[in-house]
Amino acid sequence: MLSPNIIPRLRMQGIRKVFGPTIALGKVDLEVLPGEVHALVGENGAGKSTLMKVLSGAHAPDAGEMFLDGQTYLPKTPLEARRLGVGMIYQELSIVPHLTVEENIVLGMEPTHGPLIDRKTMRSRAEEALSHFQHVDLHPQALAGGLSVSAQQLIEIGRSLAMGCRLLVFDEPTSSLAQKDIEQLFALIDRLRDRGISIIYISHFLEEIKRLASRLTILRDGSAIATRDVATTEANEIVSLMVGRDVEDLYPRSPRRVGDTILSISHLAGKVKPQDASLEVRRGEVIGIAGLVGSGRSEFLRTLFGLDPVQSGEVKIQQQSSTLTTPSTRWQQGMGMLSENRKEEGLALNLSIADNITLSSLHRLGRAGVVSLRRMNEHAQHWIEKLGIKCQGPTQAIGALSGGNQQKAALARLLEHDVEILLLDEPTRGIDIAAKARLYEAIDEIVTHAENPRAVIVISSYLPELFGICDRIAVMSRGVLTKAKPITEITPEDVMRVATGKIEPADF
Amino acid sequence: MNLRSLLSLLGPFLALLVVYAIFGALDARFFSPVVTMNILTQTVIVGTAAIGMTLIIISGGIDLSVGSIVALTGVLCAWMVAQGMDPTVIFLMTIAFGAFCGACNGGLSVGLKLLPFIVTLGTMQVFRGLAKVTTNGTPINLPTNVTAWKPWMQGAGVPYGVWLMLGLVIFFSWMLRSTRFGRHIYAVGSNEQTAVLCGLAVPRIKILVYTISGAMAGLAAIMNMAKSSQGDPTTAMGMELDVIAAVVIGGASLSGGVGSVLGALVGALLMTTIRSGCSMMQIPSAWTEVITGAIIVVAVIIDRIRHRKG
Repeated sequence: MLSPNIIPRLRMQGIRKVFGPTIALGKVDLEVLPGEVHALVGENGAGKSTLMKVLSGAHAPDAGEMFLDGQTYLPKTPLEARRLGVGMIYQELSIVPHLTVEENIVLGMEPTHGPLIDRKTMRSRAEEALSHFQHVDLHPQALAGGLSVSAQQLIEIGRSLAMGCRLLVFDEPTSSLAQKDIEQLFALIDRLRDRGISIIYISHFLEEIKRLASRLTILRDGSAIATRDVATTEANEIVSLMVGRDVEDLYPRSPRRVGDTILSISHLAGKVKPQDASLEVRRGEVIGIAGLVGSGRSEFLRTLFGLDPVQSGEVKIQQQSSTLTTPSTRWQQGMGMLSENRKEEGLALNLSIADNITLSSLHRLGRAGVVSLRRMNEHAQHWIEKLGIKCQGPTQAIGALSGGNQQKAALARLLEHDVEILLLDEPTRGIDIAAKARLYEAIDEIVTHAENPRAVIVISSYLPELFGICDRIAVMSRGVLTKAKPITEITPEDVMRVATGKIEPADF
Repeated sequence: MNLRSLLSLLGPFLALLVVYAIFGALDARFFSPVVTMNILTQTVIVGTAAIGMTLIIISGGIDLSVGSIVALTGVLCAWMVAQGMDPTVIFLMTIAFGAFCGACNGGLSVGLKLLPFIVTLGTMQVFRGLAKVTTNGTPINLPTNVTAWKPWMQGAGVPYGVWLMLGLVIFFSWMLRSTRFGRHIYAVGSNEQTAVLCGLAVPRIKILVYTISGAMAGLAAIMNMAKSSQGDPTTAMGMELDVIAAVVIGGASLSGGVGSVLGALVGALLMTTIRSGCSMMQIPSAWTEVITGAIIVVAVIIDRIRHRKG
């Protein structure tokens, strides 16, 4: 596969790292070629971050060897790694907000005349690093803290380039970027690759990997399971390798039988958004709400759930009119909501998994206000097994779980409450593919339940997901919701045209 | 200097001018060179210590032991004077001892990974206690025939202490702006994790900052002794609060990354101006405290508002 006369940019051989009783990395091999974008995928906890910490000098490996362009490479600190040519672009951006762009770029390696900073050299170095980017709001003398997230990310990239790095590691670089910035970043990565810089790209998004990478390596349980050519590898195969079991389809879809109308919304309007939203939801259906961030998608669900005030319009649940309401009434009516802000609104992070799952349905776990802890834990254990929540047990604090497992627990709360209508706002944001697959399976089960098929409304920015799991999709555009169309009658392009305002919602 | 930092300096500077003008309008004697020189001289002690505190606060730390360092080093200084030692040696030894006290603060907080607030809350008591123990609680008076220290804080013309303070303000403003060490202090206070990632010697920077602040406190102690002609173990009680207030009024942020030495000087001047003005107007000192306190609160509110925008 590789021609033997190419010296790889990076070769990691038999890397092992043990923390106490936990084997974080078993014996990992990884090879990255010059000018290659190499993707690294795996579930959270598979060892990606530990491997990258070894690579960047933050952790010393317990065994194994690393070579950079054929030279033995063993950095002791992140700075030394960068000096030797390996730069990390972290997910949590690390810039110094009170210093300027150029000061950030040369931070830690400022050119000096004696004790003085040589501002002229600093400027020219920073400008050279910035010349890689075509970004308008990146003035070298601007304060870094006042810049957009994407500009701050460029500062980090510039910092590595200014040091002459030959290998850059991007850890989930798109997680906090808007769509247009993502495209700019991809173009930048292409340009860097064309200049011979190697890139390790970590992402949960297979589409991004398909777009950027030529090869990918899959990590699972601290081992490198396989390295494949991206072009010839199917998405399902990648997911199966990551999860360690066959995932036939990332988006499972049992035959769906549509029942009676359970929720009907007509011309619902809130204070600012939504302006006009009408929707009929039937049992056994998954309805997707597409649209840009800020279009009023979340406000629609919040208004429906009684979190935001209703201005006009009507909501009927099981044919009963119930427009003005509170969240607590909605819970009683059998409606539950999963907020997009899992950490701020969705979960009580200091409390246990059992507390979180049973929070809204404690009244069923005892009499006269007394809660049976035993039953609470039993109920929680049921969902832990059912949804595959990876944890030490129902009493573990939920804050200690990974994002995906937190989200499973948040969904378990709706299921424990036995709600009929589930409102899910960005349920898979920031969680890994295996957890996503589990959530998709759970959603499919919810709407195809033999005795009691329920209804799901799900918001997502990620169109492949909506088309994968929904029966009908409606688009929110500037506060106006289109009618919900069966996915067989529309394409992702149609949805984008409405979402971006190229087509009026009425013409969808 | 960019527009934002200029604006943040302009605020306290305007406040100083307004307060000065108000007192002057109420009593024209306030504008006389004597009173103005008095204000400058009375600012020297807090102003000098505030230079060091500015560095600490920019780096994201705090030092509550400044007043106690001033007392302890002041006692040592007066003792050395009473022994008849050479003034230059005394000068350098006192500053070095202050630096040592500061290094203890920095070393403890970095080495044991303790919050500087807690460490210096402790050393505040320790240094103060040592000052009392070594003197049995009684001040050491300077021999009446020693006159070498007078011109630092007293006498005709501009006392040396004022020149020294102004010189140090200029030096440290330049140091913070133009040297690698200066920029690194901002970086540590603004985002310590990034500073570590970029290979900055964060522990060394922090210890150095506390050491410099200790040295400045030692210098303030010399000025304090020159002013009162004695080394008093109970002097400068609560001075740390004036010093911190001066730095905060001068636009520094207690969460680090922001601050200027010039601002701290303006803050210190503002507080002295209010005190002298009030005493000249024969406003009871209790009211002076209320006014000073209110100004500190306003400065902190402005800091909060600025932070929210930033």
